Amino acid sequence: MSHPQLQESTGIPIKTKNKSTTPWVSFYKKLAKNKAALAGAIVVLIFTILAILAPLIAPYDPTAMDMSKRLAPPSADHWFGNDDKGRDILSRILYGSRISLTVGILSTILGAVVGVILGIVSGYYGKWVDSLIMRICDVLLAFPGILLALAIVSILGPSTTNVIIAVAFFAVPTFARIVRGSTLSVKKLEYVDAIRAVGASDFRIIFKHILPNITSPIIVQSTLYIASAIITASALSFLGLGTQPPTPEWGTMLAQGRSFMAQAPHISLFPGLIILVVVVGFNLFGDGLRDALDPKTKR
Amino acid sequence: MFVFIIRRLFQTIPVMIGVTLAVFLMMHLIPGDPAQIMAGERADEAQLEQMRENLGLNDPLYQQYFRYVGNAIQGDLGTSIRTDRAVTEEIFTNRIWITFELALYGTVLAVILGLIAGIISATRKYSFSDVSLMIVALFGMSMPNFWLGIMLIYFFSVNLGWFPTIGWESWKHMVLPVLTIGTGGAAIIARMTRSSMLEVLDNDYIRTAYAKGVHDRVVIYKHALRNALVPVVTIVGLQFGTLLGGAVITETVFAINGLGRLVVDSIRMRDFPMVQGTILVCAVLFVVVNFIVDITYRLINKRIELN
Repeated sequence: MSHPQLQESTGIPIKTKNKSTTPWVSFYKKLAKNKAALAGAIVVLIFTILAILAPLIAPYDPTAMDMSKRLAPPSADHWFGNDDKGRDILSRILYGSRISLTVGILSTILGAVVGVILGIVSGYYGKWVDSLIMRICDVLLAFPGILLALAIVSILGPSTTNVIIAVAFFAVPTFARIVRGSTLSVKKLEYVDAIRAVGASDFRIIFKHILPNITSPIIVQSTLYIASAIITASALSFLGLGTQPPTPEWGTMLAQGRSFMAQAPHISLFPGLIILVVVVGFNLFGDGLRDALDPKTKR
Repeated sequence: MFVFIIRRLFQTIPVMIGVTLAVFLMMHLIPGDPAQIMAGERADEAQLEQMRENLGLNDPLYQQYFRYVGNAIQGDLGTSIRTDRAVTEEIFTNRIWITFELALYGTVLAVILGLIAGIISATRKYSFSDVSLMIVALFGMSMPNFWLGIMLIYFFSVNLGWFPTIGWESWKHMVLPVLTIGTGGAAIIARMTRSSMLEVLDNDYIRTAYAKGVHDRVVIYKHALRNALVPVVTIVGLQFGTLLGGAVITETVFAINGLGRLVVDSIRMRDFPMVQGTILVCAVLFVVVNFIVDITYRLINKRIELN
């Protein structure tokens, strides 16, 4: 059973309890029909498995130097070639995926949690709380591009942990705004008034009744945000302000290859290609999720 | 319209206060003594005290903030630790104009490519050209621009020798950086134009126009595109604003001495007054561009009421 009119008026799928067509089943069916989204999901899954299994499947130690193989092009032994210190690029990319995916996912989760809390509080309580939180978001959004992340890294210093914090900070206003909007439309629904009338506490209304009904935009935004978080994090490392060498990280590897472009373009080529593939995967998956979860964006 | 501008202007005041406060607090959030950071590691206690006195660091924080804003309004953003030059002089003599040019050309390229691709896609929905253009757009927006820049240098500068690898002097220097910076924006504008056009093409008045026997081209360019462009304008403005402050990567890859590279170099050298000043200028520019975009949006779409 579904509530088409409610969904239509709010733009938010309303949760119902009917086992034959639960939202998850219909969501899965919609997603499975979307081949592009499925391809994205497969790419994401493959890279997640590769990252988890990196120590088992990486052919070489990612930090072991072998100067006899300095700048060696791709070969049967080293599929992606070797870098300026003779290290195996494939192994470094595999290990690097652990850092890039962890940074992308952790910073998104951190930013989403803070953003969702601020967004719900803002939308639910309204008045001065709403104005205050939204003005703070406006200020954070006034720093264009990766400037906010750069400002935070310049305060905290370059490291992987600080990149996670910087990228998460960057995510907060985006999530807060989306969640605020969704909270406002759910709050207006009659069932929330009904629950309040029977004496439910604000805490219960927020976590038991509002949050479950605004998960769709949060999931969609999170998936899409991971894609840009991976790019922002590797951009910071590329600038020398993120993960520091010799730790294998895609952005750092790309930056190291810059000096050897003429002799060994493969050093920069492969890490960049991998970032592109992973980001395309997350974007395809996110677009598919949006189409499957958000009734407004049916095309 | 006048009322709208005034109200919108008032809305930017809290943002400006917040931005200046955030940038001002940066210096105080850095672990360590600001005087030590400004005077350098080798400064002795007497020099540090002198520095604190000069910078007014012994005053209450709110007084320091008001002084910072007061000075900033008068064009004084402090002095660079590294070069001893005034921060505003460094920013406004040359750097800002280079970044402005880069952002402008990048946006123009993004608009041209994005609009063409978006219109073709929307008018030939689900055709081969639509699908291929949208795949290209997906890759365009997913591509890390630092990688794109490096690859362009490899193919067109190192291999073919067509363009110089670094700098910002002649048009030849500009081709690769503009391509690098414009690609992502073009992809976003293409996707936006497509979905906006599709939405408009679904309207009754378009069907009526077709039913009247109006030529396809007239329907698309005169009736549909005009209305479809309204949301695209916002994206274009945002893109330009973002590029103004976010040309960091492109400027670093192509060694262009703009604002973005200034921020990165200053962070590396721990030249905090310069970092603060540049970030403040970029944020203020972004707020101003957003303000102009909102006004333009309102002008081209009079139906929108300020909510």
